[in-house]
Amino acid sequence: MTDVAVVGLGIHAFGRHPGVSGLEMAAIAARAALDDAGIGWEDVEFAAGGSDAAGNADTTVSVLGLTGVPFINVKNGCATGGSALTTAHAMLVAGSAEIALVVGFDKHPPGAFNPLPEEWGLGSWYGETGLMLTTQFFAMKIQRYMAEHGISQSTLAKVASKAFDNGARNQWAWRRQPLSEEEVLASRMVNDPLTQYMFCSPGEGAVALVLARGDRAKSLARTPVYLRSVAFRTRRFGSFEVFSPSVPLESAPSPTAEAAAAAFEQAGVGPDDVDVAQLQDTESGAEVMHLAETGLCAHGEQEQLIQSGATRLDGRLPINTDGGCLANGEPIGASGLRQVHEVVLQLRGDAGDRQIAGPRRVGFTQVYGAPGVSACTVLTR
Amino acid sequence: MPQQTESVSLHDGLVVGTVDAPELVGSRCRNCGVVAFPPQSSCAKCTSRDVETRHLAREGTLWTWTIQCFVPKSPPYAGSADDFEPYGVGYVELTDEVRVEARLTESDPGQLSIGMPMKLVLVPAPGSDGGLTYAFAPAEDDA
Repeated sequence: MTDVAVVGLGIHAFGRHPGVSGLEMAAIAARAALDDAGIGWEDVEFAAGGSDAAGNADTTVSVLGLTGVPFINVKNGCATGGSALTTAHAMLVAGSAEIALVVGFDKHPPGAFNPLPEEWGLGSWYGETGLMLTTQFFAMKIQRYMAEHGISQSTLAKVASKAFDNGARNQWAWRRQPLSEEEVLASRMVNDPLTQYMFCSPGEGAVALVLARGDRAKSLARTPVYLRSVAFRTRRFGSFEVFSPSVPLESAPSPTAEAAAAAFEQAGVGPDDVDVAQLQDTESGAEVMHLAETGLCAHGEQEQLIQSGATRLDGRLPINTDGGCLANGEPIGASGLRQVHEVVLQLRGDAGDRQIAGPRRVGFTQVYGAPGVSACTVLTR
Repeated sequence: MPQQTESVSLHDGLVVGTVDAPELVGSRCRNCGVVAFPPQSSCAKCTSRDVETRHLAREGTLWTWTIQCFVPKSPPYAGSADDFEPYGVGYVELTDEVRVEARLTESDPGQLSIGMPMKLVLVPAPGSDGGLTYAFAPAEDDA
């Protein structure tokens, strides 16, 4: 398969930015990515991107310039960034373009998301009676998982504490105040067993990536980082997913497990080869479950792995080195591309204060969301 | 509270029976036997459209749970912040049928544990004047 490399990185700081629209953040990130690649917007032959709640990505062309570039708007929930990346990767591999830009951005109001039942194929009663909350569902999911696999609440707190330690070293993160395990545990209970600081918050931010294929990949990148695979899956019957008034008795592999397995197979590497990974951590429990669903460890092994510090920056398997969703917040359209942005920085050796200590050859990302979608990538130097 | 034997039909016919013996209405696939709630017009497992209505078991065991500690946003939540009390939510496993998500009558985390027996009841619906919704309550072990 033709080599596709990430040759340009651009990010607009995550957090809250009053007076700056999501589209403006997207344009800032896109310009930064083009500058990093050393090219102009007129050199881009294909673009894809989107947001969940902040407008159509292709509106950015009116800011960047009307070059006639084919631009596909993507709106696919938490997998928006992953879907844009999947599309651009496929176009490059097919030879339809030499250079592509992907952009993801969002801008959400404070507080938990309030999805409407009618938009998810559910009766209005489901929302009216107080069952339609993502935080509530993920608390029930990790509650069950903890009972089945021996995960402690201390481990959930350690995941959050690590995220804020890493966020403190990330100039683009929203939450840059370190918090101890004890402070995380002592914060307000939101949905048992998850406390306030074990959850990320909806927020704002934007990320753009420039991708190039073949010879252009080699000529543009100072330190080429290759996108070896992108795999995207939706839920199967039996996967335990949000917004489900009932779930079947039988279980099935999650969309993350299937996307991760496909991404590793396409890339020709295995989970054991991974030096650094970014996993969807909209709450602490998600990072714990995704560690095993992606194959980075066995189910139940997370307790020892996290308690021993293996997932910290100086550990054997650093996870969410930029602070993840917990420290960056969740602008839905931007999160999946933020993960790739961070892995490329780490593999280049450009991550500054948060550069991982160990080898940096293989990176992995996993984004996941409602109502059961997941996109995974493998990147190598 | 209405009479215990009064017939009910709540949430577009998803909850029927009487006040003291409510039933959830689901569906069962005649091809592969999968049970779903609310009823589905085709089977999510085998895609068959040969499905029948099924009234679900009224008792089960708690499969997982949490406590909803903050007021959900309105819309879609019908309740108000003024009289909000934290409430339990869980999935209750109905033997050989399906796991149903529901409010729980118990909101003390110390009183909830995975595997405990539960039974279907009706409770006041948030924000409605006299309206009801379904919930699961801890059942007596000897029930």
